[in-house]
Amino acid sequence: MSETAAGLRIRGLRVVFDGFVAVDGVDLDVEPGDIRFLIGPNGAGKTTLVDAVTGLVKATGSARFGEQELLGRDVHRIARLGVGRTFQTAALFEELTVLQNLDIAAGAGRSPWTMLRRRGAVPDDVAYALETIGLTDRRGVLAGTLAHGQKQWLEIGMLLVQNARLLLLDEPVAGMSHEEREATGELLGRVAGDRTVVVIEHDMDFLRRFADTVTVLHAGKVLSEGTVAQVQADPKVQEVYLGHASTHDTAHDEPVAQGAEA
Amino acid sequence: MNGLKLNPRARAWLGFGLGAVVLFAAAPALLTDFRLSLLAKYLCFAIVAVGIGLAWGRGGLLTLGQGVFFGLGGYAMAMHLKLADAGEGNMPDFMELYGQLDELPAWWAPFANPVFALAATVLLPMLVAFGLGSLVFRRRVRGAYFAILSQALAAAMVILLIGQQGTTGGTNGLTDIEGFFGYDLDDPVNQRMVYFIIAGVLLALLALTRQLMHSRYGELLVAVRDSENRVRFLGYNPANVKLVAYVVAAGMAGLAGALFVPAVGIISPALIGIVPSIEFVIGVAVGGRAALLGPVLGAVAVAWAKTALSERFPGTWTYLQGAMFVLVVAFLPGGLASLWGMVKRRRETAAPLVPQADAPVLVKEAAA
Repeated sequence: MSETAAGLRIRGLRVVFDGFVAVDGVDLDVEPGDIRFLIGPNGAGKTTLVDAVTGLVKATGSARFGEQELLGRDVHRIARLGVGRTFQTAALFEELTVLQNLDIAAGAGRSPWTMLRRRGAVPDDVAYALETIGLTDRRGVLAGTLAHGQKQWLEIGMLLVQNARLLLLDEPVAGMSHEEREATGELLGRVAGDRTVVVIEHDMDFLRRFADTVTVLHAGKVLSEGTVAQVQADPKVQEVYLGHASTHDTAHDEPVAQGAEA
Repeated sequence: MNGLKLNPRARAWLGFGLGAVVLFAAAPALLTDFRLSLLAKYLCFAIVAVGIGLAWGRGGLLTLGQGVFFGLGGYAMAMHLKLADAGEGNMPDFMELYGQLDELPAWWAPFANPVFALAATVLLPMLVAFGLGSLVFRRRVRGAYFAILSQALAAAMVILLIGQQGTTGGTNGLTDIEGFFGYDLDDPVNQRMVYFIIAGVLLALLALTRQLMHSRYGELLVAVRDSENRVRFLGYNPANVKLVAYVVAAGMAGLAGALFVPAVGIISPALIGIVPSIEFVIGVAVGGRAALLGPVLGAVAVAWAKTALSERFPGTWTYLQGAMFVLVVAFLPGGLASLWGMVKRRRETAAPLVPQADAPVLVKEAAA
């Protein structure tokens, strides 16, 4: 991983669907090595923001990763600049094996000659990713037969071999058991390194445990930003998350302390 | 039963050896000249089917217009053979007959050269597929829209050929082809040679397709079929991945069309329009589109059934064919080729004490 670390810098991002403003002038800076959580009520524009950065929907404004402007490029070109994402429901190639999934993720830069030949040995980066996500033993099974948690880990493994420097994860622990959440959080910590990580998540416990910083979106705008403690103390955030405002005093103290240390 | 335990590569060699024995020794020994020439025709359809298996079975491109490429290859070959039959400086017989032309049209002239004509049978379809595919895949036309578009192209080509009767032979097509690069096609020995050429080409293309399916490209093609967007987010342009499969399939269809002409002695709009294009796909669906051999066996079986049944029940074949297609799609989406896997799986679950039953299989054929 010799590339210089690059951060994500979004300015005045705006996405409009048929007159409906989904993202309304968002500014966002995420530094390399940061694990930034993006939270907000349904319809706040979190996924749309990720869609805009990865080229899936058209947007105005600016989204730069390192030196490169991302907006206006094709999806696959943005991916080649080192931007990788996962989806709310794991989007794997279910009829291919774990190994084949990773090998495809690792191969966007391969020459036609390499493509037309059979894979020989397991490439080093793929073997390393298999180890990191704990699926070495399962590499020969079809991805469609993996357990829910393993599918999400495989997605993260695919981002690793893709050599993504900016990881955009859309609800990576949704539907996971407690143990799977813990394992996923630790995996995030391990892969973050000098990468830039943005996580969309609804799960507040998970957020307190593993977030470095948090951005709260509401109705397409940034409502609040800071450490977990700062955001939770923000009256505007409490207003949006009504449920939280009442339980806030008793619930947050101990988990936040954990989160700040992590 | 030992064959089941062989590694995939040995099994492939065994399969090709077996195919060669059947095609080169058994069939010529057992079949009459008439039946053998019918088989030659079926094998041409099988070559088209191999390409459809790659594009549709592995790439998810429902190519309902392969007749276009089959026709381009067929007409390119037939034009050369007609010119060769007519002799240097003469016009093909039908042009004289219709009497609309004083001299050979300029676009016919290059086909007098055998090298140009042979190259054109493959490269012309590939070129057309490349142009069309570039436009269509980049605009993200897919699924039923792609199928309808490719079918419309087949209809358009037929209309064009019929409309240009003076230079294309119209509805009759190019008929009464007598010679094949100096060999008289009426001679059974030469007919047999044509059969051997076709069988050899089929085996070679099967080997090529097997290599493609097992290569990294083959894995990527399946990935594009199953989740095009995901592939895009990994940094690939799926349009290019599909384009390769589409162009290769078009080249195979073109070559099949070219070989069809000496085997049958005619190419005409009725052989390349919407109905034949759909029949190509039916054969592939019945045999099993994602397997390597499924399309070949399906194409031969359906073509053979068509000959056998339409001899006896001329009116009902179309209905039978339609019913067969519906049944396979509804109850056996993997085609006849998937029966083997189903039997094997049932046997494995019946005998759970097979050692290493769940050991990782590194390269697993897509079962469907």
